[in-house]
Amino acid sequence: MTDTYTPTAKGLHWLMTILIFGLLVLGFYMHDLPLSPQKLQLYSWHKWAGVTAFLLVWLRLFWRITHRPPALPAGMPKLIQFAAHAGHFMLYALMIAIPLSGWLMSSAKGFQTVWFGVLPIPDLFDKNKELGELLALVHKSLNLLFVAVIVGHVGAALKHHIIDKDDILTRMLPGNRIPRRQ
Amino acid sequence: MKRFILAFTLAAGQPFAANAAEFNQVQPDKSAITFGYQQMGVKMDGRFKTFAAKLNFDPARPTDAKATFDVDLASIDTGAPEGDEEVAGKPWFDTKAFPTAQFVSGSVKALGGNRYEVAGKLTIKGRTQDVVVPATFTAQGTTGVFDGSFTIRRGDFSIGEGAWAKFDIVANDVLVKFSITATSK
Repeated sequence: MTDTYTPTAKGLHWLMTILIFGLLVLGFYMHDLPLSPQKLQLYSWHKWAGVTAFLLVWLRLFWRITHRPPALPAGMPKLIQFAAHAGHFMLYALMIAIPLSGWLMSSAKGFQTVWFGVLPIPDLFDKNKELGELLALVHKSLNLLFVAVIVGHVGAALKHHIIDKDDILTRMLPGNRIPRRQ
Repeated sequence: MKRFILAFTLAAGQPFAANAAEFNQVQPDKSAITFGYQQMGVKMDGRFKTFAAKLNFDPARPTDAKATFDVDLASIDTGAPEGDEEVAGKPWFDTKAFPTAQFVSGSVKALGGNRYEVAGKLTIKGRTQDVVVPATFTAQGTTGVFDGSFTIRRGDFSIGEGAWAKFDIVANDVLVKFSITATSK
Protein backbone atom coordinates (compact mmCIF):
# COMPACT_ATOMS: atom_id res chain seq x y z
CA MET A 1 0.00 0.00 0.00
CA THR A 2 1.39 3.38 -0.98
CA ASP A 3 1.69 5.91 1.80
CA THR A 4 1.52 9.03 -0.27
CA TYR A 5 -0.27 10.47 -3.27
CA THR A 6 1.37 10.58 -6.70
CA PRO A 7 2.96 13.90 -7.65
CA THR A 8 0.26 14.28 -10.32
CA ALA A 9 -2.53 13.81 -7.77
CA LYS A 10 -0.86 16.32 -5.45
CA GLY A 11 -0.33 18.79 -8.27
CA LEU A 12 -3.96 18.57 -9.38
CA HIS A 13 -5.17 18.87 -5.76
CA TRP A 14 -3.23 22.07 -5.09
CA LEU A 15 -3.81 23.56 -8.53
CA MET A 16 -7.55 23.13 -8.02
CA THR A 17 -7.27 24.44 -4.45
CA ILE A 18 -5.92 27.73 -5.81
CA LEU A 19 -8.38 27.79 -8.71
CA ILE A 20 -11.42 27.00 -6.56
CA PHE A 21 -10.42 29.45 -3.83
CA GLY A 22 -10.11 32.17 -6.49
CA LEU A 23 -13.41 31.17 -8.10
CA LEU A 24 -15.27 31.25 -4.77
CA VAL A 25 -13.86 34.61 -3.67
CA LEU A 26 -14.45 36.12 -7.11
CA GLY A 27 -17.94 34.66 -7.38
CA PHE A 28 -19.13 35.97 -4.02
CA TYR A 29 -17.45 39.34 -4.63
CA MET A 30 -18.53 40.09 -8.20
CA HIS A 31 -22.23 39.37 -8.23
CA ASP A 32 -23.17 42.47 -6.21
CA LEU A 33 -20.97 44.90 -8.13
CA PRO A 34 -22.64 47.68 -10.11
CA LEU A 35 -22.34 47.19 -13.87
CA SER A 36 -18.94 48.32 -15.11
CA PRO A 37 -16.29 47.12 -17.57
CA GLN A 38 -14.51 45.56 -14.59
CA LYS A 39 -17.62 43.58 -13.67
CA LEU A 40 -17.95 42.20 -17.19
CA GLN A 41 -14.27 41.33 -17.18
CA LEU A 42 -14.49 39.60 -13.79
CA TYR A 43 -17.52 37.61 -14.95
CA SER A 44 -15.64 36.45 -18.03
CA TRP A 45 -12.62 35.46 -15.96
CA HIS A 46 -14.84 33.61 -13.50
CA LYS A 47 -16.46 31.68 -16.34
CA TRP A 48 -13.13 30.87 -17.98
CA ALA A 49 -11.70 29.63 -14.67
CA GLY A 50 -14.91 27.67 -14.01
CA VAL A 51 -14.70 25.86 -17.34
CA THR A 52 -11.02 25.13 -16.64
CA ALA A 53 -11.88 23.70 -13.21
CA PHE A 54 -14.63 21.58 -14.77
CA LEU A 55 -12.15 20.06 -17.24
CA LEU A 56 -9.49 19.54 -14.54
CA VAL A 57 -11.90 17.67 -12.27
CA TRP A 58 -12.44 15.03 -14.95
CA LEU A 59 -8.69 14.67 -15.36
CA ARG A 60 -8.46 14.32 -11.60
CA LEU A 61 -11.20 11.70 -11.47
CA PHE A 62 -9.49 9.76 -14.24
CA TRP A 63 -6.22 9.91 -12.30
CA ARG A 64 -7.90 8.85 -9.07
CA ILE A 65 -9.58 5.87 -10.72
CA THR A 66 -6.35 4.73 -12.38
CA HIS A 67 -4.10 5.47 -9.37
CA ARG A 68 -5.43 4.18 -6.09
CA PRO A 69 -5.10 6.78 -3.33
CA PRO A 70 -3.40 5.81 -0.07
CA ALA A 71 -5.60 4.03 2.43
CA LEU A 72 -7.26 5.61 5.42
CA PRO A 73 -5.42 5.08 8.72
CA ALA A 74 -5.97 1.70 10.34
CA GLY A 75 -8.22 1.71 13.35
CA MET A 76 -10.39 4.56 12.05
CA PRO A 77 -13.99 3.99 13.21
CA LYS A 78 -16.35 2.77 10.46
CA LEU A 79 -18.60 5.78 10.84
CA ILE A 80 -15.69 8.22 10.42
CA GLN A 81 -14.45 6.23 7.40
CA PHE A 82 -17.88 6.56 5.89
CA ALA A 83 -17.88 10.29 6.61
CA ALA A 84 -14.47 10.65 4.94
CA HIS A 85 -15.66 8.85 1.80
CA ALA A 86 -18.94 10.76 1.75
CA GLY A 87 -17.06 14.06 2.14
CA HIS A 88 -14.75 13.31 -0.77
CA PHE A 89 -17.67 12.13 -2.88
CA MET A 90 -19.43 15.43 -2.14
CA LEU A 91 -16.34 17.43 -3.12
CA TYR A 92 -16.13 15.71 -6.50
CA ALA A 93 -19.89 15.88 -7.08
CA LEU A 94 -19.89 19.61 -6.34
CA MET A 95 -16.80 20.25 -8.48
CA ILE A 96 -18.85 18.83 -11.38
CA ALA A 97 -22.28 20.21 -10.49
CA ILE A 98 -21.21 23.80 -9.72
CA PRO A 99 -19.64 24.65 -13.09
CA LEU A 100 -22.54 22.90 -14.83
CA SER A 101 -25.04 25.06 -12.92
CA GLY A 102 -23.00 28.16 -13.75
CA TRP A 103 -22.90 27.34 -17.44
CA LEU A 104 -26.65 26.58 -17.55
CA MET A 105 -27.39 29.79 -15.62
CA SER A 106 -25.35 31.79 -18.15
CA SER A 107 -27.23 30.09 -20.98
CA ALA A 108 -30.62 30.87 -19.50
CA LYS A 109 -29.63 34.44 -18.74
CA GLY A 110 -28.57 34.92 -22.36
CA PHE A 111 -24.83 35.30 -21.78
CA GLN A 112 -23.06 32.55 -23.64
CA THR A 113 -19.83 31.20 -22.16
CA VAL A 114 -16.89 31.61 -24.53
CA TRP A 115 -13.81 29.95 -23.04
CA PHE A 116 -10.98 32.49 -22.95
CA GLY A 117 -13.04 34.57 -25.37
CA VAL A 118 -12.20 32.09 -28.12
CA LEU A 119 -14.05 28.80 -27.73
CA PRO A 120 -17.84 29.19 -27.59
CA ILE A 121 -19.55 26.62 -25.39
CA PRO A 122 -22.99 25.83 -26.78
CA ASP A 123 -26.01 27.15 -24.92
CA LEU A 124 -28.23 24.33 -23.73
CA PHE A 125 -31.13 26.64 -22.94
CA ASP A 126 -32.65 29.59 -24.75
CA LYS A 127 -32.92 32.85 -22.88
CA ASN A 128 -35.45 32.40 -20.09
CA LYS A 129 -35.62 34.88 -17.19
CA GLU A 130 -37.35 32.60 -14.65
CA LEU A 131 -35.06 29.67 -15.41
CA GLY A 132 -32.06 31.99 -15.19
CA GLU A 133 -33.07 33.17 -11.73
CA LEU A 134 -33.75 29.62 -10.58
CA LEU A 135 -30.35 28.47 -11.80
CA ALA A 136 -28.68 31.45 -10.12
CA LEU A 137 -30.22 30.25 -6.85
CA VAL A 138 -29.04 26.69 -7.57
CA HIS A 139 -25.51 27.94 -8.35
CA LYS A 140 -25.41 29.99 -5.15
CA SER A 141 -26.85 27.22 -2.95
CA LEU A 142 -24.42 24.61 -4.32
CA ASN A 143 -21.56 27.00 -3.61
CA LEU A 144 -22.69 27.59 -0.02
CA LEU A 145 -22.81 23.82 0.41
CA PHE A 146 -19.38 23.58 -1.24
CA VAL A 147 -17.93 26.10 1.23
CA ALA A 148 -19.38 24.05 4.12
CA VAL A 149 -17.88 20.79 2.77
CA ILE A 150 -14.51 22.50 2.17
CA VAL A 151 -14.52 23.78 5.75
CA GLY A 152 -15.15 20.18 6.86
CA HIS A 153 -12.37 18.92 4.55
CA VAL A 154 -9.80 21.42 5.86
CA GLY A 155 -10.98 20.93 9.44
CA ALA A 156 -10.61 17.14 9.16
CA ALA A 157 -7.12 17.46 7.65
CA LEU A 158 -6.03 19.79 10.47
CA LYS A 159 -7.58 17.53 13.09
CA HIS A 160 -5.55 14.60 11.72
CA HIS A 161 -2.39 16.68 11.75
CA ILE A 162 -2.74 18.46 15.09
CA ILE A 163 -4.76 16.09 17.24
CA ASP A 164 -4.18 12.63 15.75
CA LYS A 165 -0.63 13.55 14.64
CA ASP A 166 -0.85 11.19 11.65
CA ASP A 167 0.27 11.63 8.03
CA ILE A 168 -3.14 12.35 6.46
CA LEU A 169 -2.27 15.99 5.80
CA THR A 170 1.45 15.65 5.12
CA ARG A 171 0.98 12.92 2.49
CA MET A 172 -0.81 15.48 0.31
CA LEU A 173 1.94 18.08 0.68
CA PRO A 174 4.44 18.60 -2.15
CA GLY A 175 7.78 16.82 -2.05
CA ASN A 176 8.76 13.33 -0.93
CA ARG A 177 8.28 13.56 2.78
CA ILE A 178 9.01 10.69 5.07
CA PRO A 179 5.58 9.78 6.36
CA ARG A 180 5.35 10.36 10.04
CA ARG A 181 4.02 7.53 12.11
CA GLN A 182 1.86 7.58 15.15
CA MET B 1 -62.20 67.06 -68.58
CA LYS B 2 -59.35 65.02 -70.07
CA ARG B 3 -57.04 67.94 -69.64
CA PHE B 4 -58.14 68.30 -66.04
CA ILE B 5 -57.33 64.65 -65.23
CA LEU B 6 -53.96 64.99 -66.91
CA ALA B 7 -53.21 68.15 -64.95
CA PHE B 8 -54.27 66.47 -61.72
CA THR B 9 -52.04 63.48 -62.43
CA LEU B 10 -49.07 65.70 -63.09
CA ALA B 11 -49.78 67.74 -59.99
CA ALA B 12 -49.80 64.58 -57.87
CA GLY B 13 -46.32 63.99 -59.21
CA GLN B 14 -46.82 60.38 -60.17
CA PRO B 15 -49.24 58.21 -62.13
CA PHE B 16 -52.16 56.62 -60.29
CA ALA B 17 -50.88 53.16 -61.15
CA ALA B 18 -47.68 53.71 -59.21
CA ASN B 19 -49.60 55.04 -56.25
CA ALA B 20 -51.40 51.75 -55.90
CA ALA B 21 -48.13 49.81 -55.68
CA GLU B 22 -46.44 52.11 -53.22
CA PHE B 23 -45.63 50.49 -49.89
CA ASN B 24 -46.05 53.15 -47.24
CA GLN B 25 -48.00 51.76 -44.29
CA VAL B 26 -45.45 50.47 -41.80
CA GLN B 27 -46.74 47.67 -39.59
CA PRO B 28 -44.97 48.16 -36.23
CA ASP B 29 -46.07 44.80 -34.82
CA LYS B 30 -44.46 43.02 -37.76
CA SER B 31 -41.31 45.11 -37.75
CA ALA B 32 -38.18 44.86 -35.65
CA ILE B 33 -34.92 46.69 -35.10
CA THR B 34 -32.30 44.57 -33.37
CA PHE B 35 -28.58 44.84 -32.77
CA GLY B 36 -25.65 42.56 -32.07
CA TYR B 37 -22.18 43.14 -30.65
CA GLN B 38 -19.36 41.30 -28.95
CA GLN B 39 -18.50 41.43 -25.27
CA MET B 40 -15.12 39.80 -24.55
CA GLY B 41 -15.67 37.45 -27.45
CA VAL B 42 -19.25 36.68 -26.45
CA LYS B 43 -21.92 37.46 -29.03
CA MET B 44 -24.65 39.57 -27.46
CA ASP B 45 -27.86 40.89 -28.95
CA GLY B 46 -30.75 43.13 -28.13
CA ARG B 47 -33.57 45.13 -29.66
CA PHE B 48 -35.46 48.40 -29.59
CA LYS B 49 -39.09 47.90 -28.68
CA THR B 50 -40.39 51.26 -29.89
CA PHE B 51 -39.66 53.13 -33.08
CA ALA B 52 -41.58 55.22 -35.57
CA ALA B 53 -41.00 54.58 -39.25
CA LYS B 54 -42.21 56.42 -42.29
CA LEU B 55 -41.44 55.06 -45.68
CA ASN B 56 -42.51 55.30 -49.27
CA PHE B 57 -41.32 52.64 -51.64
CA ASP B 58 -42.54 51.88 -55.12
CA PRO B 59 -40.72 48.87 -56.61
CA ALA B 60 -41.23 50.44 -60.05
CA ARG B 61 -39.41 53.59 -58.96
CA PRO B 62 -36.99 52.55 -56.22
CA THR B 63 -34.74 55.59 -56.57
CA ASP B 64 -37.63 57.80 -55.42
CA ALA B 65 -37.96 55.84 -52.19
CA LYS B 66 -37.83 57.67 -48.89
CA ALA B 67 -37.51 56.42 -45.36
CA THR B 68 -37.28 58.00 -41.92
CA PHE B 69 -36.81 56.10 -38.69
CA ASP B 70 -37.04 57.48 -35.20
CA VAL B 71 -35.91 54.97 -32.62
CA ASP B 72 -36.88 55.45 -28.98
CA LEU B 73 -33.56 54.68 -27.33
CA ALA B 74 -35.10 54.25 -23.88
CA SER B 75 -37.07 51.30 -25.27
CA ILE B 76 -33.87 49.26 -25.55
CA ASP B 77 -33.89 45.65 -24.43
CA THR B 78 -30.32 44.49 -23.79
CA GLY B 79 -31.50 41.24 -22.24
CA ALA B 80 -30.74 42.29 -18.67
CA PRO B 81 -32.48 45.03 -16.62
CA GLU B 82 -29.17 46.37 -15.30
CA GLY B 83 -27.95 46.61 -18.89
CA ASP B 84 -31.06 48.58 -19.95
CA GLU B 85 -30.53 50.97 -17.06
CA GLU B 86 -26.84 51.35 -17.78
CA VAL B 87 -27.12 52.22 -21.48
CA ALA B 88 -29.77 54.89 -20.82
CA GLY B 89 -27.16 56.77 -18.78
CA LYS B 90 -24.83 59.57 -19.79
CA PRO B 91 -21.84 57.49 -20.92
CA TRP B 92 -24.01 55.53 -23.34
CA PHE B 93 -27.11 56.97 -25.05
CA ASP B 94 -27.84 59.73 -22.52
CA THR B 95 -31.53 59.28 -23.30
CA LYS B 96 -32.57 62.29 -21.20
CA ALA B 97 -30.71 64.65 -23.54
CA PHE B 98 -30.99 62.52 -26.70
CA PRO B 99 -34.13 60.39 -26.50
CA THR B 100 -34.20 59.28 -30.13
CA ALA B 101 -31.86 58.02 -32.80
CA GLN B 102 -32.82 59.06 -36.29
CA PHE B 103 -32.13 57.69 -39.74
CA VAL B 104 -33.11 59.74 -42.79
CA SER B 105 -32.63 58.24 -46.20
CA GLY B 106 -30.92 60.07 -49.02
CA SER B 107 -30.31 58.40 -52.34
CA VAL B 108 -31.46 54.87 -53.11
CA LYS B 109 -29.67 52.61 -55.58
CA ALA B 110 -31.18 49.49 -57.13
CA LEU B 111 -28.54 46.75 -57.17
CA GLY B 112 -30.58 44.32 -59.23
CA GLY B 113 -32.93 41.59 -58.17
CA ASN B 114 -34.55 42.57 -54.91
CA ARG B 115 -31.42 44.22 -53.54
CA TYR B 116 -31.10 47.91 -52.85
CA GLU B 117 -28.63 50.24 -51.25
CA VAL B 118 -29.88 53.15 -49.20
CA ALA B 119 -27.51 55.98 -48.36
CA GLY B 120 -28.60 58.12 -45.46
CA LYS B 121 -27.75 60.01 -42.36
CA LEU B 122 -27.81 58.41 -38.95
CA THR B 123 -27.98 60.65 -35.91
CA ILE B 124 -27.36 59.27 -32.43
CA LYS B 125 -26.53 61.29 -29.35
CA GLY B 126 -26.31 64.50 -31.37
CA ARG B 127 -23.71 63.09 -33.77
CA THR B 128 -24.53 62.51 -37.41
CA GLN B 129 -22.77 60.02 -39.66
CA ASP B 130 -23.29 59.00 -43.28
CA VAL B 131 -24.26 55.37 -43.52
CA VAL B 132 -24.93 53.04 -46.43
CA VAL B 133 -27.57 50.45 -45.71
CA PRO B 134 -28.03 47.41 -47.93
CA ALA B 135 -31.58 46.09 -47.94
CA THR B 136 -33.69 43.52 -49.68
CA PHE B 137 -37.35 43.90 -50.47
CA THR B 138 -39.73 40.97 -50.67
CA ALA B 139 -43.34 41.60 -51.59
CA GLN B 140 -46.31 39.32 -51.28
CA GLY B 141 -49.41 41.01 -52.65
CA THR B 142 -49.91 44.23 -50.77
CA THR B 143 -47.40 43.37 -48.03
CA GLY B 144 -43.71 44.01 -48.44
CA VAL B 145 -40.80 43.25 -46.11
CA PHE B 146 -37.54 45.16 -46.02
CA ASP B 147 -34.63 43.27 -44.50
CA GLY B 148 -31.08 44.38 -43.99
CA SER B 149 -28.22 45.07 -41.69
CA PHE B 150 -25.30 47.44 -41.41
CA THR B 151 -22.43 47.94 -39.02
CA ILE B 152 -21.80 51.11 -37.08
CA ARG B 153 -18.94 51.89 -34.76
CA ARG B 154 -20.24 52.96 -31.38
CA GLY B 155 -17.14 55.14 -30.94
CA ASP B 156 -18.27 57.31 -33.87
CA PHE B 157 -21.33 58.31 -31.85
CA SER B 158 -19.67 58.43 -28.42
CA ILE B 159 -21.83 55.52 -27.27
CA GLY B 160 -20.00 54.22 -24.23
CA GLU B 161 -17.75 56.95 -22.88
CA GLY B 162 -15.37 57.10 -19.95
CA ALA B 163 -14.66 53.67 -18.49
CA TRP B 164 -16.47 52.07 -21.46
CA ALA B 165 -14.55 53.98 -24.14
CA LYS B 166 -12.01 51.21 -24.66
CA PHE B 167 -13.18 48.44 -26.93
CA ASP B 168 -11.52 45.52 -25.12
CA ILE B 169 -14.64 44.66 -23.12
CA VAL B 170 -17.47 45.91 -25.33
CA ALA B 171 -16.47 45.88 -29.00
CA ASN B 172 -16.64 48.98 -31.20
CA ASP B 173 -18.60 47.35 -34.02
CA VAL B 174 -22.35 47.10 -33.58
CA LEU B 175 -24.42 45.29 -36.18
CA VAL B 176 -27.83 46.90 -36.62
CA LYS B 177 -30.44 44.63 -38.16
CA PHE B 178 -33.91 45.51 -39.29
CA SER B 179 -36.96 43.83 -40.69
CA ILE B 180 -39.69 46.26 -41.62
CA THR B 181 -43.09 45.22 -42.89
CA ALA B 182 -45.10 47.75 -44.87
CA THR B 183 -48.33 47.44 -46.79
CA SER B 184 -49.63 49.34 -49.75
CA LYS B 185 -53.10 50.82 -49.56
